[in-house]
Amino acid sequence: MMREKIKEIIIERFKDQVSFDDNAKDMLTLELKNKDMLIKFMEFIKENEELAFNLISDITAIDYQYRNPRFVMVYHIFSIKNSERIRIKLPVGEGESVQSVTSIWKGAEWLEREVYDMFGISFEGHPDLRRILMNEDFKYHPLRKDFPLQGIEES
Amino acid sequence: MGIESHLGIVTTKLDFLVNWSRKNSLWPMTFGLACCALEMMVAASARHDLARFGAEVFRGSPRQSDLLIVPGTLTKKMLPYVLRLYNQMPEPKWVIAYGACACTGGIFNTYNVVQGVDKYIPVDVYVAGCPPKPEALVQAIVMLRKKIEKETLKDRV
Repeated sequence: MMREKIKEIIIERFKDQVSFDDNAKDMLTLELKNKDMLIKFMEFIKENEELAFNLISDITAIDYQYRNPRFVMVYHIFSIKNSERIRIKLPVGEGESVQSVTSIWKGAEWLEREVYDMFGISFEGHPDLRRILMNEDFKYHPLRKDFPLQGIEES
Repeated sequence: MGIESHLGIVTTKLDFLVNWSRKNSLWPMTFGLACCALEMMVAASARHDLARFGAEVFRGSPRQSDLLIVPGTLTKKMLPYVLRLYNQMPEPKWVIAYGACACTGGIFNTYNVVQGVDKYIPVDVYVAGCPPKPEALVQAIVMLRKKIEKETLKDRV
């Protein structure tokens, strides 16, 4: 019920700039078609009084090694008011950067650092973009598909 | 060793006396990395009672410790801190690699885990198991005591 209403509100505002994935049953899933609209979209779903997606649950990425663009950013956001979750996907090419959402949810800071550490996707406007899990002098990005599980010598 | 009770004199070898005192006051450092640390704590508790060997005084500072037990998975991010702690311990010092992870990396044959702590610091006793039982740590302490008995002062200047 609520899920349909959220979908309507988003379609009303963004129309064909987003595409919904109807196969996803666990939560509302949509893909943004344009990287530049990320901040505008995120601000909208947080500030809109009916949607009120005010809690960032997770930020991660997927490496489709042979696809172009290679990566897909995945944002999981929770609305405490509606008790609803939303999953937002954003395709990102190799070497490209994404706008940081730390200005919208402060809690995104460490999550974005993790994506930077594990996938090598950098974030514009992030206050402190350092590695979070691996040691500082580590040169690789371990969750990329082309990184061997047992690591690379002398790394 | 002979005790001349009527003279009030004890005659012994210096090596024997020094090793005897060292092996009976092995103070480990309070240091835990993973699930093996819980077994180590049990070994110090009443049932297994490391105090029988003088090794129950887990010190909070490396500067007061003789024994570094490396209990658990050592990640590469943790490695610099372990090395710093080891370097802060005064000589003589001994190291026990406790558990499969500390010995060889164990099941974590991955990019972020040190494949055996002996690649970076010298290890005296290896304890196998995942995790090893507290009895295994008691045996390791006993083996270390035997090793200390055989040391001479020439080895550790």
